[in-house]
Amino acid sequence: MAAASCGREQGASMAALARLQERLEGLREEYFLTNRAIDEDRKRKYKAAVKIQRWFRACRVQVCLRHLTKMVILIQKWWRGYLRRKHFREIVERAYFIKKLKFYNEMAVRIQKTWRGYYVRKYIHNFYALKKYLKAVSMNNEFVRHELQEYTEMKENGEKMKDLEKKDKEKKYQARKMHYLLSTKQIPGIYNSPLRKSPDPMELLLRKSKPLTHRKQPVKSPFADELYGWPTCKEPPAFVTSLPLLPADRRKPQGPFRDPAEVLRQRYKPLEPTLRARESMYSAPGKAREPTRREEWRNPIHDNEFLPFSSYHKNYEKYEPSLFKSDKYGQGAYGTKYFREVYPKKWIADKDFETLFPSIALFEKFGKTYSSTGQIV
Amino acid sequence: MSQRQVLQVFEQYQRARSQFAQAVADFAARPQSIDTLRSAGVVCLLRPLLLDVVPSIRQTAALALGRLADYDVELAEAVVKAGILPQLICSLPEENRYYKKAAAFVLRAIAKHSPQLAQAIVQSGALGMLVICLEDFDPGVKEGASWAFGYIARHNPELSQAVVDAGAVPLLVLCIQEPEIALKRIAASTLSDISKHSPELAQTVVAAGAIAYLAQMIPNPDAKLKRQVLSALSQIAKHSVDLAELVVEAEIFPVVLTCLKDSDEYVKKNGATLIREIAKHTPELSQLIVNSGGVAAVIDCIGSCRGTVRLPGIMTLGYVAAHSENLSMAVIVSKGIPPLCVCLIEEHEDHIKAAAAWALGQIGRHTAEHARHVAVANVLPTLLDIFVDTCSSEDLKVKAKKALKNILQKCTYLPALEPLLHEAPPSIMKYIIGQYSKDPQASPSKTVWILFFCLIQPDTVSFGICHNSF
Repeated sequence: MAAASCGREQGASMAALARLQERLEGLREEYFLTNRAIDEDRKRKYKAAVKIQRWFRACRVQVCLRHLTKMVILIQKWWRGYLRRKHFREIVERAYFIKKLKFYNEMAVRIQKTWRGYYVRKYIHNFYALKKYLKAVSMNNEFVRHELQEYTEMKENGEKMKDLEKKDKEKKYQARKMHYLLSTKQIPGIYNSPLRKSPDPMELLLRKSKPLTHRKQPVKSPFADELYGWPTCKEPPAFVTSLPLLPADRRKPQGPFRDPAEVLRQRYKPLEPTLRARESMYSAPGKAREPTRREEWRNPIHDNEFLPFSSYHKNYEKYEPSLFKSDKYGQGAYGTKYFREVYPKKWIADKDFETLFPSIALFEKFGKTYSSTGQIV
Repeated sequence: MSQRQVLQVFEQYQRARSQFAQAVADFAARPQSIDTLRSAGVVCLLRPLLLDVVPSIRQTAALALGRLADYDVELAEAVVKAGILPQLICSLPEENRYYKKAAAFVLRAIAKHSPQLAQAIVQSGALGMLVICLEDFDPGVKEGASWAFGYIARHNPELSQAVVDAGAVPLLVLCIQEPEIALKRIAASTLSDISKHSPELAQTVVAAGAIAYLAQMIPNPDAKLKRQVLSALSQIAKHSVDLAELVVEAEIFPVVLTCLKDSDEYVKKNGATLIREIAKHTPELSQLIVNSGGVAAVIDCIGSCRGTVRLPGIMTLGYVAAHSENLSMAVIVSKGIPPLCVCLIEEHEDHIKAAAAWALGQIGRHTAEHARHVAVANVLPTLLDIFVDTCSSEDLKVKAKKALKNILQKCTYLPALEPLLHEAPPSIMKYIIGQYSKDPQASPSKTVWILFFCLIQPDTVSFGICHNSF
């Protein structure tokens, strides 16, 4: 029995197993599908839940924030209003001040503009003063031109006068030279032709002029032969050549006065320099004396040059001994210490000649007494 | 007997020497015989005669050497090379005045040729000797010495400085005060040569007190003296404002104007030069000249002269007008423009024309009024002709163009500009058109004309002018 039941059970179970096994394939798939559906469902729900929660939380936070923002705005509004109201006054004052300043500047510019224009036109670039100045300049120019014109005219006149005078002088000189052409009573001169009504002006000039005397030898001034004339003067210095004449009827003055002629002669005595100074070596007499000068140069009397000091010769003048008197050991004594050679060996007697007469005392002193300057007395 | 014969030989020798020296001196005075003398070796033969015993031979030898050196540079160099200078000056202080004069003549004849020869003279120590000559009493010696100084100082500043260092300037100022006219002339000319090189040298001359004496000599009737004095004063005044003021303080002003009317041309020229040197420094000095009537005198002087004598006068007007517009107006009022215009037309020399063009430019450049006066005098066509002319020099063309430019930029007097429109080259035309375009009352015919011109010249300037006028 048990075995049959077991067998039936086994057979049922075998059939169930086969049926399960058939469904197994589909079961897997079913299982999978169901799980998938559940999973998806779960995910969907999860997401929906998250969404709802998010939304809600966001609303809560937004409400909080909105509240905060409103508060912040309120605070800031009140604070800023307060600050601005505090500084408003200052701003207004400042703006007002600036506006006033601008206005004043404008007005000051206007005043300065007018003043400067006036000042410049009146004092610096004064048009009328410039005009006056230019007029003054032109008047001054006229004046200067006039003066200069006068000056040139004066100079020209001066020159013309000089020319005329020169010509006049020449004419007069010619007339004086040709005085012999003057007409006499018998013979009319060449300038006084009888056919003329009145004589020629030259004739009148001849009548007026003095005849020319013989030309004196031109007085050769002592300085005429110099290479360069005496500085500015054309004539030599005016040495007085003739005495001034006193008036003839002059009464002799009372008192211890010398004869005036004598005094004048003494006073105006001409300078008489030495011959050497009076004439130069280039004048004619000077040249004539040239040979004597050369002679003098060649044959001076006094050969010694001028010695500056009296004892000059003592140091520099040395007596040069003659060749005859010098021997080996210097100058011999002959001629200076004694004038007579003495040879005692040749003496017959052993004494020198004796003088018969006593020597003259004065002659004994010769060569023995000296003056203070070393000269032999 | 033999003594006399010996002496006779010496006498003959001396006579021969003397005759030789005299003859050479006479021949040296004639230019045709100098070449023969040179080839005969005359310089070496004259050298020992300079140290001869007899004074007259020394003098004649020195005179002959001076005439030889005077003739020619080569002879002067030969004289220097032959070593004559030391012998010439070694015994100078003890010599008599004729020798000193002849020695000064030699030195001057050598120094005049070139700076190197003058340097050789300075190096041989001749300056000290010349100063000794300047201290001499004889006016002829002083004249020779100062002439030599003048020729030495003429060449360059170093030589001038050497002359000043030798102490010549106070002595020269003393020479100026001497009564002899020739000495005054030479001393003035030497001072002029010294002071022309640099301000320091001029200052030295002024410090010696020269200005007062020079100013006193301006009214002197001698023409050559006046030339030198005016030249000296102008060389002093040209260097700086202070020196010019010192010269003016010496009260030259009305007196100098009489020099501008002198009959001698060079006196006029030097007088105008002096005024120019004073006028060019500052407006105040120019004002002084205008106030004393100097401008009128200068204008008359320009009108009466011809040639280079006019040049300093023209430059004076230019300088005076350049300083300020009031002075320029003063020049115009003194009738300065017609003589300048005449100068431009008449003169042949380019540099005088250039100076006249420059002066007109300076007068007309200040304001419209000045430009109008210049334009009315019919100067602009002349300037344009000069600018366009092919045979004018570069300098003249540059100056004419500048003058035209300066005047045209201020000229609003349109009738004077019309004749220029036909002939002007483009560089001038732009200024003329510029002036037309600035005119608010230009007539329609003129605007057409301007347009025509602008169209031919498509450069930016004319474009700008077109834009400006429409």
